[in-house]
Amino acid sequence: MSLVTASPPLDVEAVRGDFPILAQQVNGHPLAYLDNAASSQRPLQVLEAMQNYYTHDHANVHRGVHSLSHRATDHYEAARETVRAFVNAASVREIIFTRGTTEAINLVAFSFGQRLQAGDEILITAMEHHSNIVPWQLLCERSGAVLRVAPINDAGELVLAEFMALLGPRTKLVAVTHVSNALGTVNPVKVLIAAARSRGIPVLLDGAQAIPHQAVDVRDLDCDFYAFSGHKMCGPTGIGVLYGREAMLQDLPPFQSGGDMILTVSFKGTTYNELPYRFEAGTPHIAGAIGLAAAMNYLTRLGLPSIAAWEAGLLSYATGLLLQLPGLSIVGTARDKASLVSFNIAGIHPHDLGTILDQRGVAIRAGHHCAMPVMERFGLAGTARASFAFYNTRGEIDQLLDALRLAQRMFA
Amino acid sequence: MSEPGRELTDLYRQIVLDHSRHPRHQGRPEHYNREAEGHNPLCGDKVRIYLQLQDDLLQEVAFEASGCAICRASASLMTETVRRRALLEARAAVDEFDRALSTGAGATLTGDLAALGGVSQYPSRIRCATLPWKTLLAAMDATAATVTTEQESIQR
Repeated sequence: MSLVTASPPLDVEAVRGDFPILAQQVNGHPLAYLDNAASSQRPLQVLEAMQNYYTHDHANVHRGVHSLSHRATDHYEAARETVRAFVNAASVREIIFTRGTTEAINLVAFSFGQRLQAGDEILITAMEHHSNIVPWQLLCERSGAVLRVAPINDAGELVLAEFMALLGPRTKLVAVTHVSNALGTVNPVKVLIAAARSRGIPVLLDGAQAIPHQAVDVRDLDCDFYAFSGHKMCGPTGIGVLYGREAMLQDLPPFQSGGDMILTVSFKGTTYNELPYRFEAGTPHIAGAIGLAAAMNYLTRLGLPSIAAWEAGLLSYATGLLLQLPGLSIVGTARDKASLVSFNIAGIHPHDLGTILDQRGVAIRAGHHCAMPVMERFGLAGTARASFAFYNTRGEIDQLLDALRLAQRMFA
Repeated sequence: MSEPGRELTDLYRQIVLDHSRHPRHQGRPEHYNREAEGHNPLCGDKVRIYLQLQDDLLQEVAFEASGCAICRASASLMTETVRRRALLEARAAVDEFDRALSTGAGATLTGDLAALGGVSQYPSRIRCATLPWKTLLAAMDATAATVTTEQESIQR
């Protein structure tokens, strides 16, 4: 893509200076943090934004008459505007702060789910994370709706024809991951959304794995809901976002209830607040929203095209090296892939790999990656997964390879 | 070429690697009258234990496992430990093994089981080693349900 090649290269050594956590020894070796799909690290800029807020400006939002409360509210709402701009939503009324992707999906399952009736269908794919499966299973139990699952092929790509065939008159919602956390597959979401919307079916995208790695434009995607987490994109834990198309949110009943989401409360009845506050019950994670906005500003300053270009380089470097190891097989070989590699080595269980790599300072994930149906699809108990961020280096991938060779010698 | 280092050779001792490569008493035996399945939901490890119990004696102990080297070696070493032992002795062995690993006292293990002692220093791996033993206990107790590593402690 010309956009990628035209973007200025990252100065990765300078970037790493923003992440003091990376400059440490683990078990006597330099840390190679390759577990970014589980959670990324955060730069000083994010930590400082949160510390400044707590040091100078904290009070509760949206209620106080005093100065600190005004300041806290201003910072919190400025963070919402930063999120809006980052995903190019039409209005801040479409940006709901949640605890993370999981809560965002649960919000839709609860509020949108109240429309569903017995016999209605929800369409997902076979590559979903548990957080985009279980809320729908529970909704199906409550409503009598039916969960349909579009299959994936041996490369870990969605089988488009099967997906299209499953879109039917009973389909009331499509909920699909933008990028698979277990396989790295980037789904052709614009095609899926166009197909669903031409039939009047709303679409939710699980963006947890996509948003740290590529520019996301919800209006260009034309999705109805987009859910993501702060902690996978260099922001704090405990904060996430549900983008919802305003016309869609307008008609949904509340999710959690309590303070902040109401206009008036009396024992005769309660009226609800306007968007987005109707979906934010209780005191929100103010510092988390501020930290998330700082993370978005940080990523924007580096440039998402530059990030994508660097990570694409890491992925192809790692893939090339890993395939040189005898007995290594990569799980997930989609043509369009995010910067992670799921793999197995013949004769060595992923957990043993994880432990041996940790003793060499290399942090990876081993197991089912909260995507047990994916593992079942490939007949595996689990995989080892190395997932890269823009602050990773080829040197760290070399360190991974050395540690894998050591594991192979130990288990030879 | 880097060498494993003491920490890794302490966890993956030669006996452990040997038992994981060449497990003893693996596979469903011809005669058995008790069986139980164990599951570690965190990593997907699965163990099935088969027993031939006769007059309070474990005449036969065998296993099937899909899991890591620590899990397979622990299952294999366990069969060697409790085979042909009385039910009470086997229970005591399970208890001792579980306590040694879960209290960080792996060094107190004796005989071939001492090779698994290093596991007690790896909190994320202790369940890999104790899963076969929990499953053995379920088979001895003839409890029907699948046991998991997430149950609080070994039930009596």
